Amino acid sequence: MSDIAAPKLVQASALRRALEDTPWRRIVILAGFALIWELYARWLDNALLLPTVGATLSALWSAILSGELPNRTLTSLRVLITGYAIGVAIAAMLTTLAALTRWGNEALGLFTSMFNPLPAIALLPIALLWFGVGTPSLVFVIVHSVLWPVALACHGGFLAVPPTLRMAGRNLGLSGGRFVVEILVPAAFPQILSGLRIGWAFAWRTLIAAELVFGVSARSGGIGWFIYTNRAQLETASVFAGLLTVIVIGLVVEGVIFRSLTRITVQRWGQVQT
Amino acid sequence: MNVAPRLAGLVGDTASPTLLGLDHVSISYPTRDGILTAVEDVSFTLSAGERVVLLGPSGCGKSTLLRAVGGFLKPSAGEIRMNGRRIGAPGPDRMTVFQEFDQLLPWRTVLGNVRYALERGKSLPRRDADGVARRWLERVGLKNFVDAFPHTLSGGMKQRVAIARAFALEPALLLMDEPFAALDALTRRQMQDELLKLCEETGNTTLFVTHGIDEAIRVGTRILALTPHPGRLAAKFDVPIEARSRGTAGFAELERQIQQTVFADPEIDHV
Repeated sequence: MSDIAAPKLVQASALRRALEDTPWRRIVILAGFALIWELYARWLDNALLLPTVGATLSALWSAILSGELPNRTLTSLRVLITGYAIGVAIAAMLTTLAALTRWGNEALGLFTSMFNPLPAIALLPIALLWFGVGTPSLVFVIVHSVLWPVALACHGGFLAVPPTLRMAGRNLGLSGGRFVVEILVPAAFPQILSGLRIGWAFAWRTLIAAELVFGVSARSGGIGWFIYTNRAQLETASVFAGLLTVIVIGLVVEGVIFRSLTRITVQRWGQVQT
Repeated sequence: MNVAPRLAGLVGDTASPTLLGLDHVSISYPTRDGILTAVEDVSFTLSAGERVVLLGPSGCGKSTLLRAVGGFLKPSAGEIRMNGRRIGAPGPDRMTVFQEFDQLLPWRTVLGNVRYALERGKSLPRRDADGVARRWLERVGLKNFVDAFPHTLSGGMKQRVAIARAFALEPALLLMDEPFAALDALTRRQMQDELLKLCEETGNTTLFVTHGIDEAIRVGTRILALTPHPGRLAAKFDVPIEARSRGTAGFAELERQIQQTVFADPEIDHV
């Protein structure tokens, strides 16, 4: 057969690329938001209710320098990642089982519809009863908050894999775990990725809420505890600094980790256009 | 498989042993309104080196039959045997080229798709698989696209990858399920010619499903016509070598003959 020639591409101009690549509109919006906050806080002139942007940033800076905020953040992230990893691992086992057997399928369907609507934080009293005040209780509620949305997304993704692709895989003699890992998982990756994203957001919220509720002990508390104690001491600027940290970590995970993951996987494979 | 390419078509009927045998095969499956019989009592054999075409309108069960040979579904009655053994699960000895473009793995490049098939289907080590895959991609004219992802390719190019993948595994039997039906007319004709060339060069044994009479004559050495509801074998045609090129008198005559004997029924003249 004769060779098909590759298409030729021409580079766009440097300025155009720079404007396309940078999120400059977002930066403008963010600056506008900060400006309105600052002006309103100055007009209000009540640091107890609403500290200025400047006061918040300086509180954030000193909390970082003193090492308290980084420590709290690390504590939170450690608990979060433990719970997230366990939750995702259990979700992977359940959905593999569901993809391969009828019983597994029914069980997963039943459990997800039962437990997915249950807010993780509602399990906290039970967790405290079972595991006492401390990290295991936090991990337990996080696992619950991650497990069901991730399992649901994986399962939905597996079901949506085109029959032709399944047959193409089976045609090579693939079956069982290998079929799941090498065909179903990558084929369902757009849904799995969005499940991981939702799971992450749920876990993060659940963790902060749980920490706010019982804070563990002061020595090993996380960001939630940091916010809680500063509120009790009427250090509103520090409360805002804590909230800002929660937001920034959320943004970094979403904007850096998940976005790069999307770019090097499903976007490259043409499975989504975002 | 090692039959010299020019002989492949000639020796088909006499010398070659039976590769595939269908014995009174019926296939039915449950639907919401009851049990539907897609294929009823179909028997035929296929010898090594032959290219048999299952020809019929939509709904005649020809694709269902091909899936059963592929092992993707079980006949409800009768037997399908290959080399004397009953067909079981799908396997790389019966590679299928599907009509749908999504048969390629979107997360692997063109080269990756063929290489992966060789690694899994033939258990080739990666380096050998790479070489074989590159050779086949070059044969289907995709040398310049080995590193492209499938979603960047046109429909015709995706089918070329699927064809390269199927041929690379050197299946005992190549199954083609209307591989060109979703292509535009010009590309389809070109792909038919190129497929024919590959088949003749490799002496491949092929079972080809189509609803186009001209495609059937072009690619087949033997044509089995099916009628729908339920799918039954209606007629058999041998394609003489002189009828295989478009524009010849033999081609036109065979086309007319098939049209009249099989699809004369006005109800199915939409073919």
